[in-house]
Parts: sequence; structure tokens; C-alpha cells
Amino acid sequence: MTAMPDLAAARPFPIVIVGHVDHGKSTLTGRLLHDTGSIPPSRVEAVRAASERRGKTMEWAFLLDGFQTERDRAITIDTARIRFRSRRRSYMIIDAPGHKEFLKNMITGAASAQAAVLVIDVAEGLAEQTKRHAHLLHLLGIGRVIVAVNKMDAVGYDRAAFDSVARDIRAYLADLGVAPDKLLPIAAREGANIVSRSAAMPWYNGPTLMAVLDDLPESAADDSRPLRLPIQDVYDFGDGQSIIGRVESGRVRIGDDLIIQPSSRPAKVGSLQGWRGNPGEGAPAGRSIAITLDPPQQVQRGDVVATLDAAPAAVKNVRATVFWFGEQPLRLGATYTLKAHTARYPVTVTAIEDVVDSDTLVAAKGDAIPQAGIGRLLLESSEPMVLESFASNPQLGRFVLLSGYQTVGGGTITDAGVAPAGVANLFPKVGQVAPQDRAALFGHRGAVLWLTGLSGAGKSTIAYEVERHLLDAGMHAYVLDGDNIRRGLSAGLGFSAAERSEHIRRVGAAAGLFADAGVVVLVAAISPSRQDRAGIRATCPDYFHEIFVDAPLEVCEARDPKQLYQRARRGEIPEFTGISAPFERPETPELRLDTAGQNLAACADELVAYVDGQVRLYEAA
Amino acid sequence: MSSLDDLESQSIYILREAYRHVGKLAMLWSVGKDSGVLMALARKAFLGRVPFPVVHIDTSYKLPEMIAFRDAKAREWGLDLVVGRNEAALAAGMNHTMGRVTCCAALKSEGLSQTLAQYGFTGVIAGIRRDEEATRAKERVFSPRGADARWHYEDQPPEFWDLFNTDFPEGTSLRIHPLLDWTEIDVWRYVRREEIPVVDLYFAKQGRRYRSLGCAPCTGTVLSTATTIDEIIAELETTSISERAGRAQDQEAEDAFERLRADGYL
Repeated sequence: MTAMPDLAAARPFPIVIVGHVDHGKSTLTGRLLHDTGSIPPSRVEAVRAASERRGKTMEWAFLLDGFQTERDRAITIDTARIRFRSRRRSYMIIDAPGHKEFLKNMITGAASAQAAVLVIDVAEGLAEQTKRHAHLLHLLGIGRVIVAVNKMDAVGYDRAAFDSVARDIRAYLADLGVAPDKLLPIAAREGANIVSRSAAMPWYNGPTLMAVLDDLPESAADDSRPLRLPIQDVYDFGDGQSIIGRVESGRVRIGDDLIIQPSSRPAKVGSLQGWRGNPGEGAPAGRSIAITLDPPQQVQRGDVVATLDAAPAAVKNVRATVFWFGEQPLRLGATYTLKAHTARYPVTVTAIEDVVDSDTLVAAKGDAIPQAGIGRLLLESSEPMVLESFASNPQLGRFVLLSGYQTVGGGTITDAGVAPAGVANLFPKVGQVAPQDRAALFGHRGAVLWLTGLSGAGKSTIAYEVERHLLDAGMHAYVLDGDNIRRGLSAGLGFSAAERSEHIRRVGAAAGLFADAGVVVLVAAISPSRQDRAGIRATCPDYFHEIFVDAPLEVCEARDPKQLYQRARRGEIPEFTGISAPFERPETPELRLDTAGQNLAACADELVAYVDGQVRLYEAA
Repeated sequence: MSSLDDLESQSIYILREAYRHVGKLAMLWSVGKDSGVLMALARKAFLGRVPFPVVHIDTSYKLPEMIAFRDAKAREWGLDLVVGRNEAALAAGMNHTMGRVTCCAALKSEGLSQTLAQYGFTGVIAGIRRDEEATRAKERVFSPRGADARWHYEDQPPEFWDLFNTDFPEGTSLRIHPLLDWTEIDVWRYVRREEIPVVDLYFAKQGRRYRSLGCAPCTGTVLSTATTIDEIIAELETTSISERAGRAQDQEAEDAFERLRADGYL
């Protein structure tokens, strides 16, 4: 005798029943539950009584249509889910409403399914929601679709009627790029071809719906992909910091080389707290865990701990396919909140590439997506977003959009980090003069000497000192001071984190142009964000030199040349670097100037010597 | 990986989302098996403690064993226990003979909303499950109640991909349901695996046991010989009686439970 599988211990296989209103979804669901013996007789009797009160013999749909209004109006309003067992395994069955108005409820149900049964009334054929649901299944990433052509009893179990509907839906699904696992004729109310074969359709030799479902393979757990651990929270109940999150893919192992995005800081897991499994194997995908980092680090919700050599990039924009159920249409230029894994980002719709008609699948131009519509867009954020394409990591590749308090849409990412609209069509012009030509003429290369450090560390003083030295030596040098740039190029920008980043980006872009013109640019800017500095290095890697003007906070605060620290301590300056906002020290600067340990003149000399060694080619005549 | 591991991790994720986002959070503790599981999950989620108050709505008619168990465990686990009662209704003599549904509405639903208001709780964690009853099957994990405390079940917010709705206007009272996807058998399997203490009333004496616990006048026993958790699980594998069959208030009318829930019952 073979051992029976322990059905209750295995995770239930989630399936969703979808299709147009009145095509028989809830009836099919009720019938599946009943025919597999999953319903206690007392509940069947309650449904029979409820049916009779409404002058009907037996409404199987009432098993799931629990609301009075659903029963009285004979429609499903909200999604329901219920467990049942076949002889093979246990299932979670999700019943989804068919009305267009209840689309958000349909998505609520369908999104967690691994497979779908698309129910079509044989007499009506493909209807509006048949197509929209099929389209949405595809967008939700539900790859396995079974088509159940229902109400065969109403057409006398006619084979030609079945064939005609089967041909239509096959063609529609093919346009979406979906190949159904099976198409089969059923009569849900009669129980035909649900769990047992129907004698009324001798022309159909295939398996019953139950048999088809039982044959669907389970999608494997996401252990094979690189680690993604979005940080949900950070706890400290008085016994040290614990980092809280759920492993979305891969495994968390103690000692593995990891990276924290978007800040790109390396990290190692020191311990798995309260972990009862084998620590050598680590915590697999799906587990909610608590860890410590070794050494501890500042992290926040929305950061993602990832495999060092396969980390997600921090991106400014994404291309996505979005389904929309907001009452107001989605509009070009509008701003929404994007929620993905544990992060939330403000995003602006910078392009609507097309709006897809679910009926015809024709993509058209448009500047808005109506309720129940689907479209492809570009979403751009002022903050770096840790997102990936749905294909490379579903957990980091899907999102919802909020407008105010309302969830108004959802979507999947096709490209994470695309060139912003317009830039893709710009081609940088290259002139006849190469950088080395200018360098040969001037006697030195162009350079961006990026002086970063706390307020009061001595950046500007050193920059202006070195500028004079270099000019004395016949070199072309110029200081770009962060405070000065704020009067012109960055006028209008405030001091929020996003605006600071943008200010630094502008300073960097200007510095890059100066360097390209052959000038040695000395930039004096606090620029506390490691990521911002890395971004500038990325735009001009040949010119960029990170110079860390380093002095401890106490020293800078004691100097306080502009009385800014005093004011910050009094709370007059919010988010003041070093006091109420972090300064991310350079990890591997090209040069570190210790302005606490030596005087500023000595520091300036050190920088001049560096320029002599790294930037200068020969002494001017 | 077993189904229980999945359910456990999912519930812990939900509890942590609630703790992160809800301003003034509490957890309901009916002292039944489901809230016992919830308590164990919370202690795991928050590394050995329950970092918010635990609310018990006392109708004064609860089975006495439940109250004794509640007080013993509250001490043992160091819980911040809040006991809420609708004192006005009790003083006016409310009891089940005035109508079971009327009595539930007054002592449980109204008792709960008074207690939430009194302590200013903006969100409560409750251990309801979809498999208990057809309207619970349609619940959301993060389920808002308006200022009137009513459940607007015909227009629930969308909720998918575990990207739960945690943004609500001022005045919204939130119900959080970490056990929604569990079944009765899952609960018992978890009780067994985690050795969670449960009230003795669940085990058969003289051929009968309680399957669901509530107030003494309205909660009946079922025929059973199950005296251990293993036997309870074996019984549930084959039973054809629904879990709330012993709860008299549900049987008053077809929509009795829906109306109770719309008005704020769990």
C-alpha cells in the first residue's frame, strides 16, 4: 500500500475562478467544493434553504456569495476564498466577481493565484470581462490558464458550439502570448466534467476539470534567485538592534557577503535571531525573520539587503504595465505614491506610451488611462528606487499606486531604470578637439576635485587657497562653491533630501562641463550622500577625484564659522548634516585631508602636491 | 517547507506591518484557541514580547474557565491586559433572553467600540478566519471601519500582493486579521507544534466538548471523544459539523451573522 500524502501539511495550491458576470463562476466553485466532499452537509442544507427562500432549487453560488445582497441580486460582489481538497492535494480556491465595477475585488482575489480557470458561457461566447480578465491574468503574472466552456446543457451539449467558443478564446489568448493548459466543456450546475465525466458529452474524451487542476505543477519556491530581503522595520526593545524583514527570494546565511541598497554599503549577517532551522542552510524565501548585521549599520524600512554580486540597482524611473481602477483617470504628469515590497516612493507619470483596449488588444496613444483601463507608462521618482523587472524578480517587480488614501492601480515593471523620455533620442555631439589636445595645450588635464565634508571642516578655505596656488603655477583652476551655486543654477531648490540630491547633481553636471573644457574645478560642497557622490563619479569617471576634508564633528562644531551648528542645535535648521541628518563618510576617497590634525595651509599644500602628481603634465613655461 | 511555516511567516509579516503603521494598536484576546495562536505569533514577531495592550471584551456571561485561564496567562506572559465591558447595558440587565443577536450587539460589538474609544485605539488585531463563515471569507487583512464603526463590506479597498493598505483618513478604525488564511485544522496543528496552552473546555468530557468558545448561555458543546490535540485533529479531518454550529446567535436568521458583522461584530 502506498502512503497517502499528508495533504493538510502541504501548502494549498491557490487557483482563481474568473470570467464574465453570470457565466457561472460561483456555481462552478460551489460545485467543485461539493463534488469533492469538502462541504459539511449542514452547510449544503443551509444553502438549499437560502435558495428555496428565493424560489430556486439549488444555488451552489450561495456557498461563496455570503452577502445578502449577493444572494438577492444573484451576483458576486466581493472575492471569497475557501480551502478544499481533491484526492491529490489541497487547494485554496478564489472566487472573483465578474462585474466591471468590482474589478478591484477581482484583482484582490486573482493576484495571489498560481493558476486560473477562465469560465465562459458557451451561448454567450467571449464577453467584455472574459477578455479583460484574461488580459489581467497575464499582467498579474498568472501563467497557467484553464478555459472551462460552461453551460453546455443549455446548448444540448453541442460539440460545434464548444468548438466555436474554443477557437475564439484560443485566438484571443494567443494574441496575449498565453497558451492555455486546457480547454474543456462543462456544465457546472449539473456537475458535468467537474469531478466526474459526463455521459452527455461522449465526444469529449479529455480529463475532467479536477484532473486538469491536479496535474498542474506547483511553482517552485523562490530560493533559486539571488537574495532579496526588503527591510520591514528595525526593532530595539532594549537588547540591541534587530533588523526585521521577510526573505522575498534567495536565502539569508550568516557571513555571506551582502550589500544594502540603495546606499550600496556592504554588509554581513551576524546572526539569525530566534531561528530554529539549521543555521548553515540559512533562512529561505518566504520566511519572516529577525537578523543582526555584523558590524551593525544604520538601515531603514524600504532598504533591500541583497547578494553582493547580483544586487538590484537603485533606479530613478521604471517602465511598467499598469492596470487602473481609480475613479479618476490616471493622467500624464500626475504624481502618485508607488508602494513596492516595503518601500514607498513618490512617482510622476512622465510618459504614457500606450493605452491598451482589452477588447481588441489594440494599443493606442493617449494621455490618460480610464477606470478599468490598462496602459504602459514611464514612472519617475526624485528618490532612488530599489526595483527590478517583474521577469527578473517578481517580488521587487510589482507595485500598487496610491492617490491620497486610495489604492488606485497596480502594475508590473518591464524595465527598471530606463533613460528618461527624450534623453533616449539625444545623441551626444563630439567635437574635433579631444581632451588630450586641451591637456597638451594647458599643461594639465581637466579635473573635478570634489571636496566633501562637514560644515566647518575647511572645504571652501582649502579650495580657494589651492585655486590661488594653481593659478600662480599657470594652471586653469576655478572654485565651484555649493553655497554660490544655490544662488543661480540651483535657485529655487530647497533643503529636502530630494532637493539636496538634485542640487548636488547640478553642481556635479556643471563641474563635469568645466573639467571637459580643461579646467581644474575645485568643488566645495558638504554632499553628505555617498550615493549622490557616486552618481557624479559615474557621469565623469575620468575627471572625478573624491577629496575627503575630514574633521570630527566636535572640531567643526567648535569652529562653527557661520554659527550654523548653534542654530541647528537650537532646532532652527532642520536636517542639518552631522546634527540631525547623516553624513556618509567616503569609503575610499582619492585623498583624505585631516584638517583637525594639521592646519589648513598644510592641507592645501597636500592637495596641491596631489594635483601635481595626478593632474599636471608639465610646468608652464 | 510546510504550510504551517508559510502561514506563520505570513501572519508575522502582517503583525509587524500593523505594529509599524498603526498609531495606537491593541490585540483582541477572546481566550479561545485562535487568539492563543495569535498571542504565540505576536510573541515570535516581537522577539518574545507583546508590545501593545491586549483587550478582552468581557460580556460577564463568559464560561468561568475562560476568565480563570485569561487571568493566569496574563500574569505569566506579562501582558498589558485591558478588560472592556458595556457596563451601561449590563446595568440595564442585558442578557440573551432579550434576543441573542441583540445581546451580542450590545455586549460584544458595542462593548468593543466603547473600549476602543475609551483607550483611543486606532487599530485592533483580531483572530478571525475565512473558513469560519461566508462573510468572514470576504474580509481584508487590513480592514477599515468608518467613524460609525460599521463594516462597509460592499465597497472594500483592493488588497493584493501583500502591499497592504495602511493609509487611512483620520478617524478610521482599523481591524487587522493576521489569521484570515488559516483553517480550524491549521490552528490545532499549530497549537500542537508550538505547544500553545488552551482552555481545557476544548477537550471532551462525558462524550462532549466545546469546539468554539463564547458566552455560557449561547455556546453549546458537540459530541466528541477527543481528549487530546491529536484526537481533535483526527476528529476535524472527518467531521461534517461546522465550527460555529454550537453558537446559537448565528442560527437566529440567515443573515444574523452578516448584520452583526456590519455593525461591528468581529
